[in-house]
Parts: sequence; C-alpha cells; structure tokens
Amino acid sequence: MCLAIPGKVLEITQSNGLRTGRVNFGGIVSQACLDYVPEVQTGDYVIVHVGFAISKVDREEAERTYQALESMGLLEGELPPPTADAAEKPS
Amino acid sequence: MKYIDEYRDERIAHGLAAEIRQLVTRPCVLMEICGGQTHTIMRYGLDEFLPKEVELVHGPGCPVCVTPLETIDKAIELAACPDVTLVSYGDMLRVPGSSSDLFRAKANGSDVRVVYSPLEALKIARSNPNRKIVFLAIGFETTAPANAMTVWQAHREGLTNFFMLASHVLVPPAIRLLLRSPDNRVQGFIAPGHVCTVMGCQQYEELVSEFHVPIVVGGFEPVDLLEAILMLVRQLEQGQARLENQYVRSVTRLGNVPAQEMLEKVFEIADQKWRGIGTIPFSGLRLRGEFAAHDAEKIFGMAEIHTEEPAECISAQVLKGLKKPTDCPAFAARCTPENPLGAPMVSAEGACAAYYRYRRHKVLV
Repeated sequence: MCLAIPGKVLEITQSNGLRTGRVNFGGIVSQACLDYVPEVQTGDYVIVHVGFAISKVDREEAERTYQALESMGLLEGELPPPTADAAEKPS
Repeated sequence: MKYIDEYRDERIAHGLAAEIRQLVTRPCVLMEICGGQTHTIMRYGLDEFLPKEVELVHGPGCPVCVTPLETIDKAIELAACPDVTLVSYGDMLRVPGSSSDLFRAKANGSDVRVVYSPLEALKIARSNPNRKIVFLAIGFETTAPANAMTVWQAHREGLTNFFMLASHVLVPPAIRLLLRSPDNRVQGFIAPGHVCTVMGCQQYEELVSEFHVPIVVGGFEPVDLLEAILMLVRQLEQGQARLENQYVRSVTRLGNVPAQEMLEKVFEIADQKWRGIGTIPFSGLRLRGEFAAHDAEKIFGMAEIHTEEPAECISAQVLKGLKKPTDCPAFAARCTPENPLGAPMVSAEGACAAYYRYRRHKVLV
C-alpha cells in the first residue's frame, strides 16, 4: 500500500467538493484526488498514492516508473480492478 | 551479475557498482528506511552486487509492519460489533493480532472491507448511513495526507457515521531513535523518496547535523538505489556528513506544501507505539480535538489492551537493522507469508516477506 504509481490525468472534475481527476494508469482508469497538486492540468502526469496525487512528474519519468513497478510485480493490490470506464490506450 | 541483467540500464548499474568498488576502502553499514526500497534491493540482488565492504540493513519503513498489535486487536474487536463496517487496505487483513486477524474476523462474519483509497471508505459511509464505518488508517507521511483529507472531508460533509482508527508513524523520530541506540551499527541512511516528496528533505538536515551522519534521499529503482549508495559511500570515505538528494525528479527541499498544511489542520504530533520497537516520542499523529467526533478510540471508548509479541519472532531486531530475516530460526519454516508470526512477513514491503520471496531457496538448500 506504500507505493506511489504514475498516471496521466485524462479529465478534471469536482467530486463532493474535491478536485478529482480521471487518471490512466497503464490502461486502468481510476479516480484520484488532485487537491494536493493544484498546478496539475489535463494531460499532465502525476504520482498517485492511495488515491491522492502527491506530485507532478514528466511523461518520460512516469512511463519509466510505471514499467519498473510492473516488471517488479508491485502493482497488484495497489490499483482497483478495471472498471467499465473506457480506458485511453497508453500513449 | 545475473540479477542485474534484468534491468534495462545495465550499463549504468555496472558503472555505479564499479565506482562504489573503487571508492570503498573500509566496511560500512547503510540502511534503507523504506520497505519499497528493500523490495527493489532484494528483487535485483543489489546487496550481492555490491563489494563486501558495503552492508545493507533494512529499516522500519513498512507501515503495515509497525502498526501496533493493540491497534490490530482493537480493529478486530470493533469489526465484531454488529453495526460496524471495518474498512482498511488489503495488506492489513492478514496481519496477525494477538489471537486472530481481520481476514479470519471477516470469515467469521464480521463486515470487513478492503479499499484502495480512504476516499472509498467515505463512499461506503455515505451509502450506508445506518452503519458505523471505521477506517483503519495506517501509514507514514506519504499516506497521512490522504487520511487527513478524508477526515476533513467527512467533517465538512457532516458524515456522523465515519470514524478513524489511526496508526500514523513519522520517519525522522525513528531515525533519531536508531542513532541514539547504544547498539546502533548504521553509518548512513537512504531516506524514503515518497515520504520526502510530501515532507520535503529539509526535515533531515537537523538529523545530519545532530548526529553527523550522511543521509541521501533515494528513489525506488535499482539505479536510484545504487546511486544513493555511491553518494553515501563517497561521503563516508571523505569523512563528510551531508544531506543529499538523489531523487531530485520527485523531491524538493520544501515538499508538498498543501499536503503538509492539511496534515497540520487535522493531526497533531503525539507519542506513538511501533510494533516490535516500542513507543517513540513524538513519532506519530493523532486527530486534533475538533475532529474527536471521528476518532474511533474516543467514540467507541476502547480500553487499553495489553499485548505480547510471539517470543519466537525477531522482527524487533529486524526492524532496527540489527538482524537479517534469514538469522531467524523460524524464517521460511514456522513463519511464512501464509502463516506469519510477525508483520514483516505479511506486507509486500516487509523485509521478511522480501527475503522469503527472493532468498528462501538459498537458505533452504
């Protein structure tokens, strides 16, 4: 549960008063709170920990880190199961 | 070498390791704090790739592992109440309490649910107004802002059925305790990259000057860790003690200020018990008085529980870097991830679980 996973912000909305992003983690789309990264815009990459973005990173770094976590088998249990939400293909 | 072959920046890794070998002239003991870093070290066999002079010991940076036995027992007790839904992260379910765990509590009929984010616990509270939702909130400074925002949000929405059973731990007081211990062997620390992403690395400057110990903030990939080790070895060989930041692509000196502000609003610093270690002064966070209506310990009037760890488990010494998991007679025999004696064998970030996953065959042959 201690991992932080990079993903791309697809869309930003408000949810119960919190700034919330739809974030694509290597094909799995999930919600993340963006209140701690007020500078982040749609299309930016963020590092997400337990549903909260804690920092903004560049795309190259995000992709590299995601692959490293995946290759170490560390993503299991860190992301919710895929939803019916249509995922954007990783670019 | 076979371990490092799997990493695509093999040449960089080899270059760093060669540089460490060239620099090092005497034995040194280095500790990585974070369980995620321990996992990378074991997965890629970085410790075996280093010259024999450099010994890596593993620190207490696994929040699941240091959550006190009492907290697990209290969670199991609360989960047994017919009107309570106990919510937590998946890792917590199999952590052994004194006589049971949350997984068994669930099997025996308690309403125990797993979430990936504390905000999901709020959703459960909103849609089940007649049930009391208790979120077992654990974590270091990386996780605490998420838990803080959740309480803040529950307070703002007036969710009177949301409660937090909290066990938050802070890294700098734990490093201070290790350095003050008469049996300390650690000469340099790799500070946890994501804790520092939130808190900034400035917090560690004080420790460096107080104890004249080198600290390098490190990332989580093999090359990150080798680079952090090189930076520590270089400082030790030159007789220096400075704070350096290897993980510059995520960590700044000041950290994530909005997250720190939320922590400050919701929590106050308190003494905190760490499983296997004991109480460390000012090493935890408790809810401020204005959020008492969401504080499970206060609302449910929980009595103090006296607990004892299994005598056979050496996790206390493992968490302090005094012993390796493989020094334990129970390792991979009476203690396995399926039947753990102590928490470090449960969590994916626990040192015992990392050794079990990557090293047990060496021990058993």
